[in-house]
Amino acid sequence: MINMQNILNISWLIPALPFLAFTLIGLFLHRWPKIAAAASILAIGGSFALSVPLAVKVFTGSPEQVFEISARWLSMPGLRVDMGIMIDPLTAVMLIVVTTVALLVQIYSLGYMDKDPGLSSYFAYQSIFAGSMLGLVVASNFGQLFVFWELVGICSYLLIGFWFGKESARDAAIKAFVTNRVGDFGFLLGILLLTIVFGTLNYSELAVRLAGYNNMAVLLPISILLFFGPMGKSAQFPLHVWLPDAMEGPTPVSALIHAATMVAAGVYLIARAFFIFSQSPQAMFLIAVVGGFTALFAASIALVQNDIKRILAYSTLSQLGYMVMAMGIGALTAGMFHLMTHAFFKSLLFLAAGSVIHALHEEQDIWKMGQLSHKMPITTWTFVIGALALAGIPPLSGFWSKDEILLGAYAGGYMGLYILGSLVAFMTAFYMFRLIFTAFFGSNTHGHHSHESSPVMTIPLMILALFSIVAGFVGSPFMDNIFGHFITSPGAAHHEASLPIMAVSSLIALSGILLAWMIYQKGIISPENLRQRFSGIYQLLYRKYYVDELYAWLIAVFVDGGARLLEWIDLKIVNGAVNSLASFTGWSGQTLRYTEDGQVQTYALYLLAGVVIILITAMWAVFAALV
Amino acid sequence: MIGLIHYLLLATILFGIGVYGVFAKRNAVAILMSVELMLNAVNINFVAINKFVQTGNAIGQLFAIFVIVVAAAEVAVGLALIISIYRLRKSVNLNDFNLMKW
Repeated sequence: MINMQNILNISWLIPALPFLAFTLIGLFLHRWPKIAAAASILAIGGSFALSVPLAVKVFTGSPEQVFEISARWLSMPGLRVDMGIMIDPLTAVMLIVVTTVALLVQIYSLGYMDKDPGLSSYFAYQSIFAGSMLGLVVASNFGQLFVFWELVGICSYLLIGFWFGKESARDAAIKAFVTNRVGDFGFLLGILLLTIVFGTLNYSELAVRLAGYNNMAVLLPISILLFFGPMGKSAQFPLHVWLPDAMEGPTPVSALIHAATMVAAGVYLIARAFFIFSQSPQAMFLIAVVGGFTALFAASIALVQNDIKRILAYSTLSQLGYMVMAMGIGALTAGMFHLMTHAFFKSLLFLAAGSVIHALHEEQDIWKMGQLSHKMPITTWTFVIGALALAGIPPLSGFWSKDEILLGAYAGGYMGLYILGSLVAFMTAFYMFRLIFTAFFGSNTHGHHSHESSPVMTIPLMILALFSIVAGFVGSPFMDNIFGHFITSPGAAHHEASLPIMAVSSLIALSGILLAWMIYQKGIISPENLRQRFSGIYQLLYRKYYVDELYAWLIAVFVDGGARLLEWIDLKIVNGAVNSLASFTGWSGQTLRYTEDGQVQTYALYLLAGVVIILITAMWAVFAALV
Repeated sequence: MIGLIHYLLLATILFGIGVYGVFAKRNAVAILMSVELMLNAVNINFVAINKFVQTGNAIGQLFAIFVIVVAAAEVAVGLALIISIYRLRKSVNLNDFNLMKW
């Protein structure tokens, strides 16, 4: 029997193991891809094995207890950054989610990345990502969080651009990195403002100092600047543009980083810093509005996309918007609950989509799939389970968490956001089943050449499907809402489950599925006709509201224009000044050199002339004084 | 009666001849001699002013002797240079020495 206190004391191993694997692969094991993969999986498996008893320990204790150790990492006047471990219920949930999904994704990658020549570096990146993500989760202060926040960002960059032979992958990687810079810049300013005003970055110390602090002129800018971080990392409007393009990376990467864990880091940050955000209602309102808008915005784009991964990407955006909205209306428990269930069913959806893409030789267009259910039964049914969970069909996990968010909006008096959330739920059910009926059941026969993936890929799918079904129960009334008992924060709203809300949201989800069934399975309403009739809206949605085009235009006009202006100033004014000084010096040298004729007597003459001039000047002065 | 003014005039004339020689002569030895003239003009000034203005000590005379000593050394070095350059160029005409011309 493991001593429970020991688990806490060695909890630093959880992020350290994947880092160790990364170092080993980078230095020694990269020559043998299979061994590199094994090292990476063993490391994350070790982290998982440590996280489970840790979570058991946390969830059998009291919700308020916090385990914290830290050591000074850098210190200078006005800034101190510690590296440490802080374990509380919120951390424990994230640890379980991250290690579970990362472990399953890495196992799945063994099958998916089988033939890839870069297998060693793939697993090295996976390891450093897992280590950074776990380090972010256990961070005890904002400084450490920011370090790991940037590390997961660079991992995301490396993995999006993993197939860097493709130009689109390179562009997508740069786009993700640059867009995140915008968010992280604001985030860093927020962190610096925190340390300037409160003199510490540690969560628990900040919580103490913030209690009773009510200078809105300081709190509001801090909250809004801190929210820039989640806006970039969790891809909230208007910094959402990078996430759909990030689908250029290998599909397991999309599942792990761009669906389940890294993009959820923003939501985790809001939960972690909830004690800051909850003190400024305006910031909370902004968060709720940005989240709600992103949810609706992305869901509407997902309605018309044709690429299976892009549909899932917009769905992720939309669900992240949901979580952020939940945080904004104070429903911290609901937001984190949705983060957890979403991590399971969305990674399941991505991995199942990857299984399809793998079987169809990199085909991603859903109209070029069809009738996959005969050939790939496991993939199909796990995908359907994931989609049902996402759509919010009871009793799957997504139902409980989504319902809790809608309940939070309704009971909190945010009627507009409740209606918006319900609309998004309807759209979600519709676009997911549009995808399913077209790709897995439709009348197309493109899928006939496919085959079921190997067990190394299907077993993770089945495990995740199991989680997608049962993970919701921890937050359901059947289990006394044990999740809400632990994951909460002062100022977080909590509401008792309400049956009418559940019934309404289930009906909404079912009607979305029914509509998709009528259009794409039975053909009662022809999708072609719809497209023709609403071609204006269709184009607008299909082109993603022209946001990318708008950004391209803004960059072309302002950034490129500014660059051209600066180039002109640099060439004409700065360079011009330096060049004319140089040419003046050159010209005077050219001219004056004729005074140097090599004759000693000439030089003596110059000397004499100088003496005479000095003499005359001196005498002039003397005479002037006399007269 | 010969007074200070006559000595100063003599020194000025001597100095003027020396300056003229330095600038107008082309022969290096002649220029060296002209420089000696200028030095001696200064010596006359030293001695004369010591005699008529700064009486009671011999600082002027002392300086004149210093100048003579230094001038002797200078002439020795100067002539050595001239001989050296003559061996190299077979000439002591300054017009032939314009290596440093632009």
